[in-house]
Amino acid sequence: MGYQSMRGNSSQLLSRIAAGDGHGENSSYFDGWKAYDSNPFNPSSNLGGVIQMGLAENLLCLDMIKDWIKEHPEASICTEQGLTDFEAVANFQDYHGLPAFRQALAKFMGKARGGKVKFDPDRIVMSGGGTGAQETLAFCLANPGDAFLVPTPYYPAFDRDFCWRTGVRLLPINCYSSDNFKLTKAELELAYENAQRDNITVKGVLMTNPSNPLGTTMDRDTFKTLLSFVNQKRIHLICDEIFSGSVFNQSEFLSVCELLEEEPSYDRNLFHIAYSLSKDMGLPGFRVGVIYSYNDAVVRCARRMSSFGLVSSQTQHLLAHMLSDDDFTSEYLAENKRRLHKRHGEFTSGLEKLGIKCLPSTAGLFVWMDLRQFLKESTENGELELWRVIINDVKLNVSPGSSFRCTEPGWFRVCFANMDDATMHIALRRIGDFADKLKEDTTQMQNKKRFNKKLRLSFCRLNDGAIVPHLMSPHLLSPRSPLVKASN
Amino acid sequence: MILLDGIWHPSSKIPFDHSSLSPVIIPRGPKNPNPRAPHTIFPPALLTISAPSPSPNQQDNNNTPQNPKKKKKRQIRKKNIIHKTATTNPQSAISQIHGDSLPLTQMTRASRDSDNSTPEHNRSSSRPKSDGPEMRIIVPLQGVVQGRGGLVLGSLLPCALFYFLQLYLKSRNRPSQSRPSSPSPLSTPNDHNPSPSSPPSASGSSIHRTPSRGLLSPRAHPSVSSRAAAVARPDEDSLYYVGLKRCLEDAYHWVDNPDGIIQLGLAENRLSQDLVLDWLEKKAHGALLGGERPDELSIMGLTTYQPFDGSNNLKIAVAGFMNQVMQGSVSFDPSQIVLTCGATPAMEILSFCIADPGNAFLVPSPYYPGWDRDIKWRTGVELVPVPCRSTDNFSISIAVLERAYTQAKKRGLKIRAVLIANPTNPTGHVLSRETLIDLLDFVTEKNIHLISDEVFAGSIHGDQSKFVSVAEVLESEGIDKTRVHIIYGISKDLPLAGFRVGVIHSYNDTVIVASAKLARFSSISAPTQQLLISMLSDMQFISDYLEVNQQRLRRMHSLFVDALKQLGIKCANSNAGFYCWADMSRYIKSYSEKGERKLWEKLLTVAKVNMTPGLSCHCIEPGWFRCCFTTLTEEDIPLVVERLKRVTQGPK
Repeated sequence: MGYQSMRGNSSQLLSRIAAGDGHGENSSYFDGWKAYDSNPFNPSSNLGGVIQMGLAENLLCLDMIKDWIKEHPEASICTEQGLTDFEAVANFQDYHGLPAFRQALAKFMGKARGGKVKFDPDRIVMSGGGTGAQETLAFCLANPGDAFLVPTPYYPAFDRDFCWRTGVRLLPINCYSSDNFKLTKAELELAYENAQRDNITVKGVLMTNPSNPLGTTMDRDTFKTLLSFVNQKRIHLICDEIFSGSVFNQSEFLSVCELLEEEPSYDRNLFHIAYSLSKDMGLPGFRVGVIYSYNDAVVRCARRMSSFGLVSSQTQHLLAHMLSDDDFTSEYLAENKRRLHKRHGEFTSGLEKLGIKCLPSTAGLFVWMDLRQFLKESTENGELELWRVIINDVKLNVSPGSSFRCTEPGWFRVCFANMDDATMHIALRRIGDFADKLKEDTTQMQNKKRFNKKLRLSFCRLNDGAIVPHLMSPHLLSPRSPLVKASN
Repeated sequence: MILLDGIWHPSSKIPFDHSSLSPVIIPRGPKNPNPRAPHTIFPPALLTISAPSPSPNQQDNNNTPQNPKKKKKRQIRKKNIIHKTATTNPQSAISQIHGDSLPLTQMTRASRDSDNSTPEHNRSSSRPKSDGPEMRIIVPLQGVVQGRGGLVLGSLLPCALFYFLQLYLKSRNRPSQSRPSSPSPLSTPNDHNPSPSSPPSASGSSIHRTPSRGLLSPRAHPSVSSRAAAVARPDEDSLYYVGLKRCLEDAYHWVDNPDGIIQLGLAENRLSQDLVLDWLEKKAHGALLGGERPDELSIMGLTTYQPFDGSNNLKIAVAGFMNQVMQGSVSFDPSQIVLTCGATPAMEILSFCIADPGNAFLVPSPYYPGWDRDIKWRTGVELVPVPCRSTDNFSISIAVLERAYTQAKKRGLKIRAVLIANPTNPTGHVLSRETLIDLLDFVTEKNIHLISDEVFAGSIHGDQSKFVSVAEVLESEGIDKTRVHIIYGISKDLPLAGFRVGVIHSYNDTVIVASAKLARFSSISAPTQQLLISMLSDMQFISDYLEVNQQRLRRMHSLFVDALKQLGIKCANSNAGFYCWADMSRYIKSYSEKGERKLWEKLLTVAKVNMTPGLSCHCIEPGWFRCCFTTLTEEDIPLVVERLKRVTQGPK
């Protein structure tokens, strides 16, 4: 029957999702990961390897988790002490999740936000990590082709998590370093109007607070502006608060829940929170994501969709025990903040000594590093060129701002919490050597550049004059006149 | 000429299966007068007479009435449609229970069934609108028309009557309709995708036939996506889920709630949990962190980011376990495996990889009721049931498959795969090697995929039967492998449903690569992976477990089937799975979907047992129920018998 001849056809029979590159892994951004994967740094066996500074993972407090698990064997259903719960847990596959787990999560989420807000366990929906939480919300809130606005720079995996299977689009709201990358009302409205002009249905705004990659928290005024905007336009707001427990300066973090409680006039149906234990508890391997929505329909829908990303009952059981241990969670959150603060301070002051500045930040597992001074040219290509040098020669996997859709070249996200002190110091030393070398180069370059510039400029002028002389004619300048515009 | 209004097919032998709105071929057996074909159970009162022969192709998309007379007529016809829906449509019956008004029910059905309104859907939903015939008279009024009343009484009076009824309905319906059109994100006009979320058009008609999923749940807050609206609507669509939910709310417990509902609807194995417990006690000492064992699991391997598609060690362990389950007949390559958190996401991810929205799978029915949700919802893939008959013991017929394929093609549906369960669910038998070869030939000839769901591969209880995996057939037949995909999960063969481990095994590299990337949305948590690696690698334990479990299954199966037989309930021959497929058709009053639904309701409220009705499995013969027996103990069986007697021996 010609089986052989049909072999080739079969791969063409796949869907656009399988055949396309919506996974985004063909972008140059992943070269850094490949470089790391092929030659990972190891303090004992591979000192010359690439240090991973592109992964926002928190390894600073693993010892506390380890000690707790050792001290609480009853939390695991596979120890002698915990076996009694085995039968109840092993077959538990209800997508609502173990009640104890949801209660513990609600409690922990309140605590991670400084105890200022309370969460209702019945609104907590499980998902497969923060990744799954984003996707489920996108599935729930938007149709294929609809869009969400997102302030730039934003977490690059949103393009994949939020858009890949859902068919939803992300439209950037530009933020600039001159405002410390704060969201401004003008840009927000501009992005919205642009979308409307292009006939794109805007279904909401997606934001991370504390911001990934900036590590900043949103201030009250900006937040209120945003909230009134979404409330007025009747669009949704998804707050990704995945780093809410990783704020070193608690007084500064403002959760959307607090504002909602302060301002009862907002329509609560528009607000949704994505959360996860991957960052605040440092448990990404556990794949626990949370959707917390004030919208009943979304809760109901997301809960049914959660069967596509359920957390294993064994893990739920373990976490129910861990997170309901009040003493432990309080101690953990406080200690985690202390350690993060310390590491952040060491790292940023180390960079400062090298003459490298970072955006001032108070949260997260990373800093937003300003290398604009080292760019040969202030373009995306210039940034990527510098980035390749950092990957290949300096051997650090940092993430370039362009992968975060940053409007200005020269910014890099550097993660600092996924390594020990010694590795961090090695990384700092590498950056230092690199900076010294670059400074030398730049001084030389600047000399050369001055020369080049002169040459180029003269050429430009020549071109302008020689090739398009009619540009100078008043006739062609006239389209700018307001009269002509009015007649149009 | 008398025309059966509503759904009509040029060839009367091919009625529409109302439950799926797809044309299915139902050979007219001597005993079975197409019980679920909607037109056979219309009350005679709803027949309409059309004077000049109506042209079946005439379509009327124009909703604005040109003159008042016509408007009245159309309203009469709308009224008819509503009645018909109420009597023939499963959804309407349920929603009536839930207090929905009738016109909404019509909407619900239309929107439920038309994810992507295929030509066929358009036809069936627009047919009632067509006003081709100039004179249409309602049969019960025939006497008035032809006889005593004369023209005035005969036509004007009844028309006015219906007109007022219509007004009444309209007013009753208004509050629920005004809501979706209130200013809200959902109701913002959507230029790109008008059908799913556009607000009801302000045509003034009380019945909207927009095949819009956005209108499914008129009471819900409207500011969600149409997908959400479809997903978040109350569980009216499938009795499978309604039953599970009601059982959960009032679950039987021999001490706490002795009059609660007994769960026979959940395919979950509790027969052999003690074996796993024993293993944990003996072998899994160090729990998560290992403790004294030399191969101590470090905290780093537990909490940090792991490969999304499962750790290599677990893939190796799962491949070995599958090999043991299939009794060594096939060896699985760990590199062709993607692990997900449960077979549900495994099936969804595979569907995402194989089909684009609007494509379809052919599925021999009755099939597992969860697929409607797992596959169709987010992927936009259609499932086309291919009916199997009780006279063939529900085995798959290639001829029927062939016809369904051609029919679907005619409707403009692109078939991307044949989806089978082996062992079958809910009918519970293993597919023969010959059937598998035929299926492989079929998919190769049509150049489509074959998805084989083998989650019950290790749960065989028949004496003589041996499970044959499609992988085994492939090895021996030398057929192109890249179109064959196997779904597996450990939730059935091991009593660890809560652990959520699903497997995609594919011979197609592109599918493996793509689904490994998609697995980022559905990964297994690391502690569970660690535990399972050691459990599944213990080959001695696994082989002991599988053997003892099969013995227990066999015993439980025969006890349960015998108990049913004593009640006079026969089951289809089965040799695998946690359930039997029971023929309860003699206890249903009307041999129809409605009768089956009533019996299901009675079983749930009177007998207080939750069984899965055939209609939620898309079985075309009414009266079949799936009963899972693995959640019971032997002592529970007499109780189930007692409960069932309330229905079987009660007044019919």
